[in-house]
Amino acid sequence: MSLVADPGLVSESEDVQTRTRGYASYLGLKVLGAIGSLMFMLVVNFFLFRVLPGDPARTLGRGRLTTDAQKAAFNKAYGLNQPLPEQFWTFLKNTAHGDLGISIQYRVPVSHLIWERLWPTVLLVGTSTILATVIGVYLGIRGAWKRGGRFDKISTSLSLTLYSMPEWWLGLMLIAGLGVGFWFVPGIFPTGGLHSPDVNPSSLHGILDTTWHLVLPVTTLTLAYLADYSLIMRSSLLDELGEDYLLTARAKGLRDVQVRNRHAVRNAMLPTTTIIALNIGFVVSGAITVETVFSIPGLGLLSIDALQAPDFWVLQGFFLVASAGVILANLVANLIYGWLDPRVRT
Amino acid sequence: MTTTNESTGTVPVSARRLTRQRRVAAWKRGWAQFRTHRSGMVGLGILVFFVLVALLAPILASSQGLDVTTANGPVLGAPSGHYLLGTDENGRSVLTLLIWGSRISLFVGLLATLISMVIGTLLGLVSGYFGGWIGRITFRLTEWFLVIPFLPLAIVLASVLGRSLFNIVLVIGVTSWPGTALLIRSQTLSIKERAYVERAEAIGAGRWHQIGKHVLPNVMPMVFANTTLTVAIAILSETTLSFLGLGDPTRTSWGSMLDSAFEIGSITTGSWWYIVPPGVCVVLVVLAFTLIGQALEEVLNPRLRARS
Repeated sequence: MSLVADPGLVSESEDVQTRTRGYASYLGLKVLGAIGSLMFMLVVNFFLFRVLPGDPARTLGRGRLTTDAQKAAFNKAYGLNQPLPEQFWTFLKNTAHGDLGISIQYRVPVSHLIWERLWPTVLLVGTSTILATVIGVYLGIRGAWKRGGRFDKISTSLSLTLYSMPEWWLGLMLIAGLGVGFWFVPGIFPTGGLHSPDVNPSSLHGILDTTWHLVLPVTTLTLAYLADYSLIMRSSLLDELGEDYLLTARAKGLRDVQVRNRHAVRNAMLPTTTIIALNIGFVVSGAITVETVFSIPGLGLLSIDALQAPDFWVLQGFFLVASAGVILANLVANLIYGWLDPRVRT
Repeated sequence: MTTTNESTGTVPVSARRLTRQRRVAAWKRGWAQFRTHRSGMVGLGILVFFVLVALLAPILASSQGLDVTTANGPVLGAPSGHYLLGTDENGRSVLTLLIWGSRISLFVGLLATLISMVIGTLLGLVSGYFGGWIGRITFRLTEWFLVIPFLPLAIVLASVLGRSLFNIVLVIGVTSWPGTALLIRSQTLSIKERAYVERAEAIGAGRWHQIGKHVLPNVMPMVFANTTLTVAIAILSETTLSFLGLGDPTRTSWGSMLDSAFEIGSITTGSWWYIVPPGVCVVLVVLAFTLIGQALEEVLNPRLRARS
């Protein structure tokens, strides 16, 4: 996604003003903005399920509810027979209390279910993000500093190809190549699951087993994210190369590495930092496909199962968590940016 | 009358015609620059190939090959002289599916991008050009839509609206415009401060005249470059949604082929001809759009051109 977003876009989020403000009021403004976004998301979340064309009893029931009595019972169970403002108020009250309803499939509170399934996702996506950031930023810096060189050409075309690839298809290819094996090459890695069914995940053996199971999914997501970061890092470092301060640094007699690391990279890291922080917000959605392909019991797989059931409350809770994640990451990105670069506190 | 023209050596032209001549010249210049971009030209070549395949699908492969009931090939047969890319679980030729699938993938990608471009350009222009509360509200709206996570929303919408080709287009179009809107907004902000817009206002041009005649034509090139990048993302999104089973079940796209291939276990049974080609096609088309978009950006944005 972020290939389209010009690095400048993220910082230019407020009207151009010459007056600079202190960090405290900048922080206050951004927190207010995040609360506004959160309210908007709650409204969207509520109306998505209730106001869109189509009768929920029909679409969600998938033709299983035939008699009027069944439909009435369905509407009553979901509180759909109450007037809309009242439904919205109940929804806000329950969400504020952390009550997201009861899952139809599992018969447990949705909040418990989401909390339980959050950890595999965090483990998978967290590891991949860290790896992708380190490798991607390194590739971007090295490519941009000697642009047009052999390293740059290879790493750019590799990044572009990875960027054009659906990450789950890459995962499937990795499973086929390294999990199942092809031709005369035997498979090495497990093809799916978080750990083997017969081990205790908290024992040492279990931890090693989980790590072994996570190699392929983490590689998949790392490669998918890495493309984004290396392309952005490369382009923001290229933006800095023509700047006068680099000439000054060279004139002072600094070595090439010092000019690069102490001056150019520091400035080029600004947009990259923002985009990394923003992407962390989209982790929940990013994991959906990879979790499906590798059958890892995280939030993504939960949502796909809920879709097939269909499990109304789980989908709603999942959407809430996913969007809250983005808003939080957005806020963090803005705060980091404002802290690193006083110019954007306008 | 003729003497002045002979002295300057030009034919008298109206203002309108002059504008058109200049536009044509600008397009020609742009094309000449684009042609020097090797990666952009490679992308264009790949794209032309796939567009031709999609347009000529009825000639290349009969649409009867898509019918499950008349398919008579082997079940998951390996590539052979008759079935160049093997057959699927219903005995249909994978090559036929691939050719017809290109239509759906390109169609969804282009239509969704069109929706996203119209919304994004309109909101970007309005929020950039108008200050005050209109600008502020449209800008907030853009920011709010920017944080809606795409896939979860798509899953929710598909479960509420039902599964059809149009819904997929709608979901992608409605979720992918905020990036464009922000880009157009920042361009509009800088263009509306320029002297010629000020001059137009001074001689009495209305707001919509200024937007239509001065701001929009200058923003258009950026919209154009952004469009190609958005198509790439829209095609990826379509593939992902179809893979998750949210696509139109009655139509074959590359994404739905990958979905069926995954469902029947192509990975473990080793029927690579069913799962590799659709993925490669997606990668090629998305790569083509990305390369063209990047080349266009460099042609149209002198700042980028200077640095490379």
